[in-house]
Amino acid sequence: MAGWFARGRTSLVGRLIGTFLGQSRTIAGILVWIGLGVVLTILVLALLAPFIAPFDPNTKVASPELPPGGAFLMGTDRGGQDVLSRIIWGSRVPLAIIAVSTTISLALGLPLGLVSGFAGGRMDRGILLVMDSIYAFPGLLLAIAIAAVIGRGILNISFAIAVVYIPTYFRVIRNHVTSVKQEPYVEAAVALGMPRRRVIGRYILPNVAQSIPVIFSVNAADAVLTEAGLAVLGLGLPPGIPDWGFDISLNWQRFDVSWWATFFPGLFILILTTALTFVGEGLNDILNPLLRKREYKAGAQA
Amino acid sequence: MPGSTASLRAYVITRVILMVPMLVLLLTFTFIILRVAPGDPVSTIYGERGNPQVIDRIKTELGLYDPLYVQFFRYLRDVFTGNMGTSILTQRPVIDEITSRMPATIELTFSSMLVASVLGIGLGTFAGTRRDRLPDFATRLYGALAYNIPIFWFGLILKLIFAVWLGWLPVSGRFSPRLSPPPTVTGLYTIDSLLAGNLPAFVDAVAHLVLPSLTLGIVLSGFFVRITRVNVIHAMGSDYVEAARARGIPERSVFFRHGLKNALVPVITTMGLTFALLFSGAILTETVFSFEGMGRFVFLAISYRDYPAIQGAVVYYGILMVVISLGIDILNAFVDPRIRY
Amino acid sequence: MSALLELEHLSVTFETPQGPVHAVQDVSLTIEGGSIVGLVGESGCGKSTLGRAILRLLPENATVAGSVRFAGRDVLALSPKEIRDLRGRNLAMIFQDPMTRLNPLMRIRDHFIETIRAHNPAVKSGQALERAKKVLADVRVPSDRLGMYPHELSGGMRQRVMIALCLLFKPALLIADEPTTALDVILEAQILQLLQSIMHEYSMSVLLITHNLGLVAEFSDRVAVMYAGRIAEEGATPPLFREPRHPYTQGLLRSVIDLETTSLYSVPGEPPSLLGETAGCPFYPRCDKRMAVCETVYPEPRLVGEDHRKVACHLY
Repeated sequence: MAGWFARGRTSLVGRLIGTFLGQSRTIAGILVWIGLGVVLTILVLALLAPFIAPFDPNTKVASPELPPGGAFLMGTDRGGQDVLSRIIWGSRVPLAIIAVSTTISLALGLPLGLVSGFAGGRMDRGILLVMDSIYAFPGLLLAIAIAAVIGRGILNISFAIAVVYIPTYFRVIRNHVTSVKQEPYVEAAVALGMPRRRVIGRYILPNVAQSIPVIFSVNAADAVLTEAGLAVLGLGLPPGIPDWGFDISLNWQRFDVSWWATFFPGLFILILTTALTFVGEGLNDILNPLLRKREYKAGAQA
Repeated sequence: MPGSTASLRAYVITRVILMVPMLVLLLTFTFIILRVAPGDPVSTIYGERGNPQVIDRIKTELGLYDPLYVQFFRYLRDVFTGNMGTSILTQRPVIDEITSRMPATIELTFSSMLVASVLGIGLGTFAGTRRDRLPDFATRLYGALAYNIPIFWFGLILKLIFAVWLGWLPVSGRFSPRLSPPPTVTGLYTIDSLLAGNLPAFVDAVAHLVLPSLTLGIVLSGFFVRITRVNVIHAMGSDYVEAARARGIPERSVFFRHGLKNALVPVITTMGLTFALLFSGAILTETVFSFEGMGRFVFLAISYRDYPAIQGAVVYYGILMVVISLGIDILNAFVDPRIRY
Repeated sequence: MSALLELEHLSVTFETPQGPVHAVQDVSLTIEGGSIVGLVGESGCGKSTLGRAILRLLPENATVAGSVRFAGRDVLALSPKEIRDLRGRNLAMIFQDPMTRLNPLMRIRDHFIETIRAHNPAVKSGQALERAKKVLADVRVPSDRLGMYPHELSGGMRQRVMIALCLLFKPALLIADEPTTALDVILEAQILQLLQSIMHEYSMSVLLITHNLGLVAEFSDRVAVMYAGRIAEEGATPPLFREPRHPYTQGLLRSVIDLETTSLYSVPGEPPSLLGETAGCPFYPRCDKRMAVCETVYPEPRLVGEDHRKVACHLY
């Protein structure tokens, strides 16, 4: 009766499905749905950009700095390009950055966290020290440093951002592993002589996997913001690729004259990052009901 | 508290010693990234068309042709002897650059932290005590929006509304050119103008601080709202709060003495981490408001591969992090008796 | 003696996203002055919820129906100020885990000063400390512990401190919710003997909530056996243990290790979910004496035998 959350070891997919069936009308469920809806809409915009965008994003289609209205719903920018078309095309960049950078962060952070948490001891402390040093360092500065060295391009920027967020994945996963490691069934498996790799694969990974969607959505939002920050500082993608952050850097000096050319790209960044946060917060409420547990416990067994 | 001063002192010393490997690691990391990677400062500044002989001579002078390990140890020695070299970009000693910009950053950091913690802790408490009701959702929404807002963009909007359109506050800079700045004592215009008893200068310095610190503070408050809310909920649902209620303690005392005070312990702990966020945000905020602080300096230094300047900045940030995390730890030990032992 | 606490048709329902949970259903129970009443049951049967309902300590998602009368006053109708004044002064409660019940940031001393001032703001802290020392002596805690923080005390010490905090105003009733479950066996005996002697000293009644039948048999005057939110059987301790009537009580008593045969019996099956509405006897699925009627009709508790025993079972 304590419900889905009491069953500690159901699979992630099973949990998610069960959760959406049971939780779709709770606040957490609604948050996830709204967030997913917005993210998917932006994804569709990005994929169908050539068909949806009214103009070519890189061509001068009208006089510069036309206010919103008429054929140009969001006006034109300093270069006479259509702001709306650039926003639609520009949605590709943050999504690509999210995909690439979180993959890299996960690919490095997950194994490091698993090994560090499972091995413990000196190795754990060593990795922890390195990760904490990176974490304590201002993220944007680190990304600037890396981006300045390795240069522009989606892959390069994604890598710079990925490095910044490796410690987040590492931390969450390592802490999760150290707590799962003490579960009786894991101790039993180790005591019975099961090889480490299988213990990690069979018992630890499936448990730890449930925290990944949450870190993912939080980090995705941070990645978008970091990319925008780099772009604003002139360390983003090469010119010619429409990108929300880059558009801000192109137009912000004229903000008092043509506010729309800066305002709308920024607004879209805010919409995307907030939607990602909704997904993360909702998933967190659902998958990590630590905060909620108490009440249910009172109802369940008091 | 018998014996606690001694244990507190031992605690502080341990923490300081622990910071040394972290600092060395940070320095090594910077060194590797900047020296091993392709590209060098001299070529970056003089460009491809520069005279190769001149470039060669400058590179030799800077020791860029020495083996890497020699460069590395020279770099470490310089750092620990306080010799930060001369900025390639501005041709001024790095240490002077840093000391002239540090006060701006300190003023910005301090006032943003103030905005962030007052707003964040206030709203987080408000939401946490009204859990799952309308004010809670409104505050959570505020937290999500504040945390996710592109800081540069947000600064521009505030600037456009309050400085350009309404004209209430200055558009940029640290001080109005029409006023003469107060004599330098600390470098902080706010403090120095007060020390000099110059009220108009103080008002002017504060006015210049308002928008940048609101920008940075509001963005950061998103983080504080979340963490405070969670911890207030956690503390108010704790066993000792229930026990206090069972003893008939008035709800006001239950909230302040048992709930809020305990909730703030983890908030203080995480405050240390928010400084990393704060310094990232400062780079962008300083750019929007032409607020010449460390953030701008580091950004320019990195962009132009100004090695001595970057080194100096890394050391500066490293020391700052050491001091901040030490301060947070001591504050924590002071508040929470369990940490002292 | 007159009735100190009277529960009549008390029900507690929690609203949860999964639906309403009926943690306590239609419980009627009386506690006489100067007695120890044991409330036993498996974990999750609603016994702790019952204890909290008496003090109105339930979370906001709980609704309480029925009545709680304490010393003639309708507890559920009291204003927040009145109930606050009652708590800690006339009605006190100690809890299962003493390790987490004291505020970790406050010295023991401040817990006492705070509690005394909550009910009597005029008291100076010096006077409050004198009073604290007195009750601490009663629970055999050295007074130097007053300057310490909770984490510096052992579990047994902390539970004694919790008890001392309850004794400050000589309450008429102490609700002890699994007071010794988190402690080891030796401490358990010490704490319970302490409770027993204090009870006489302070002429106080105790509602002892526990899953431990042995404790109840040894310390309580009356026993109420709770199952799935309802009271299955209630009566004076010796006859109830000698001759349990309800099949659940019989099963429970059998599941205590029998030293002669050294076999361990356990009631088959699991307690039912308290989620949603149920008809019939909640023990029906696990009962070895079930009848057709048990599935559909709930057996209202009735008096059985000469010893004023109340049993909720169709067998009687």
